[in-house]
Amino acid sequence: MENLDQFRLATRAWLEEHCPPSQRQPMTPDQQYWGGRGVDFPSDDARLWFERMRDRGWIVPEWPREFGGGGNSTREGKIIKEEMKRINARNPIVSIGIWMLGPALLEYGSQAQKQQHIRAIINGDIRWCQGYSEPGSGSDLASVQMKAEDMGDHYLVNGSKIWTTSADKADWIFCLVRTDPKVKKQLGISFLLIDMDTPGIRVTPISLISGDSEFCQTFFDNVKVPKNNLVGELNSGWSIAKALLVHERKLMAEMGSDTPRAVVAPNVAAREYLEFADGKIADPWLRAELTDYDMNMHAIGLTHFRTFEEHQAGVQSAAPLVMKYVGTEAEKVKSELLLAIMGTQGLGWEGEGFSDEELDTLRLWAMSKAMTIAGGTSEIQLNVIAKNVLGLPQS
Amino acid sequence: MALVVNEEQILLQDTARDFLATRAPVQALRELRDTRDALGYSVDLWQSMAELGWASIILPEAYGGLNFGFTGLGLVLEETGRTLTASPLFSTAVVGASLILLGGSNAQKEALLPDLAAGKLTLALALEESHHHKPTNISTRAVAQGKDYLISGRKTFVLDGHSADKLCVVARTGGESDDSPQGISLFLVDRTATGITVQRTLLADNRNSANIEFNNVLVTSDDIIGEFDSAWPILEAVLDRARIAISAEMMGCALEAFERTTEYLKERVQFDVHIGSFQALQHRAAHMQSEIELCRSVLLQALSTVDDAPEQLPLIASLAKAKMNELVKLVTNEAVQMHGGMGVTDELDIGFFLKRARVSMQIYGDTGYHMDRYASLCGY
Repeated sequence: MENLDQFRLATRAWLEEHCPPSQRQPMTPDQQYWGGRGVDFPSDDARLWFERMRDRGWIVPEWPREFGGGGNSTREGKIIKEEMKRINARNPIVSIGIWMLGPALLEYGSQAQKQQHIRAIINGDIRWCQGYSEPGSGSDLASVQMKAEDMGDHYLVNGSKIWTTSADKADWIFCLVRTDPKVKKQLGISFLLIDMDTPGIRVTPISLISGDSEFCQTFFDNVKVPKNNLVGELNSGWSIAKALLVHERKLMAEMGSDTPRAVVAPNVAAREYLEFADGKIADPWLRAELTDYDMNMHAIGLTHFRTFEEHQAGVQSAAPLVMKYVGTEAEKVKSELLLAIMGTQGLGWEGEGFSDEELDTLRLWAMSKAMTIAGGTSEIQLNVIAKNVLGLPQS
Repeated sequence: MALVVNEEQILLQDTARDFLATRAPVQALRELRDTRDALGYSVDLWQSMAELGWASIILPEAYGGLNFGFTGLGLVLEETGRTLTASPLFSTAVVGASLILLGGSNAQKEALLPDLAAGKLTLALALEESHHHKPTNISTRAVAQGKDYLISGRKTFVLDGHSADKLCVVARTGGESDDSPQGISLFLVDRTATGITVQRTLLADNRNSANIEFNNVLVTSDDIIGEFDSAWPILEAVLDRARIAISAEMMGCALEAFERTTEYLKERVQFDVHIGSFQALQHRAAHMQSEIELCRSVLLQALSTVDDAPEQLPLIASLAKAKMNELVKLVTNEAVQMHGGMGVTDELDIGFFLKRARVSMQIYGDTGYHMDRYASLCGY
């Protein structure tokens, strides 16, 4: 414990000295650095901050030193995150490679794949996107149709992927591909890494109910992929995908409650948009809806603390399994509530007559509908709880 | 680590579960009901509970207590919620013990707490005067007569009011109106004192409560608990402890009804398959599990707040009671529905959970009361 306390103090001192003041402000989307081939930093300070963190191994403290990580323990990694949060330090890079692919490569990848990709992820040289869903696959992720045929010295890939976030900006994509069409669908899937510069790949962006989006559809037409880009064993991609999904749901549950957002909290908006009488919101329905939301978020916040304490104590419970469901459903409630509180001022699509905050609120309201669909719909989450927590019989 | 129970607490809970499963299962409540038992609980059982130390879990060792903390008491109450056990545990070991602990003089503590700890003294709080919880709305009056006081008024929904040895009466001694936290005093009086008329009420849950009339009941200044005319802070703190404690009991009630229901979903066959394989039922069960997880976190936080941060009690107590009210309503309704025709028979115990849930939802504040209080504490 004493060592960890010392580590915390040293971390605090280092961050205090090396994190530029401009990198301690909340980030707007255009101030985020995502990395990638030939991509410039949004500012000189962002570059300086990234390079300092990279040189210290703190882009991903828990990853091995030989690939550019910090070689820190989980507890040290947590201390670094806490100390960054304490001074509101920005993440020096926002990266699907760090969140999603890296952990899978470290567990399932070959030594050569780790050498090639992990440091490139940490250094921000390569930006990754994810190719899981396909048009028509919906919640049935294992129904992968995009095929990769063994052509001796390479795989020939044909098909398409949808909801490939930022595929138009990504350098590489990690995909689930069908490598055996004859067996049970989960057993014939492989996990393949593909360079987006390979001939035969075409990307088109998707417009959503919230307007322009980062989502794309990505088409693969006779794309030749080297055989050493296969991660893990042939036809064992489903277990890698499942491990990544658990990870993704955890991230989404955290985003559902933790991430600072551009929009205000409903109880703050209430002060601006609602009439008060005797210190209470005059509209009884809105007051009750707001109270219900705040109480639910209070309970969700306590449950986040509980899962953390349980993790520390090595105690298992069902709490982590319900968080994606409750977190994203609460996010939708929040958006509906903000719209109701703002009334007609919450309906602006763009242009004059509305504040930026009001316009953002409407767009995020539309976006919030995706939160209970992406990363496993709420219905899929309930299926998982019914099966894994309650042990209910499967049909 | 307030949100994870420790080994000692788990041991206490396991002991309670084993004890109650053999000594006071739901069947015991059914028998009390069917025999129209005059007392409404088993004295032998209460003595055994006291011997296990349950009457004194939160009391200091100096008064014969276990000094085990409020979380421990909550875990035992959760188990009594699973078995729907009728006993003076809530009225005496939570409400009565807290009243004397927080409001009593040293002389009162020395006179009352050792007996309470030994299970020889039971208490009841005579608070409510209308069919909704309004703790500042008190028109029962204590009027000075020389050095003494005469109490007159009507109380309702007095839990254990027909059986408790002593009643703690909330009476108005001042204040600008009958609905004011100012001018409230607490008096301790024997249930059998002259001028007291007790009418036992039979409620849906077959547990124990009474309407009580006070007609010029004589009390002395020695009988005052807490500060004369200014007892509201003590009363509010006691009520918040009581709300959290009853929430713990309600958690047990919800968990037991839920577990019996999911077991039934795994056994019951319709159309040649187990009904638990139907997605329509799976999703409702999984939703309930999610709500249970949220309520579990709130409850653990609330229980530990009693001991660790009493100044934060009002907000967390209202959160706990409001959340648990809605949980126990949802779960018991679904439990009946998912049991189908059997769910509405008296033969199955599920109805007992449904009925207890409705009574406990009214104890020291329904959902509307606690949502309003939570909103006010949040400044809106």
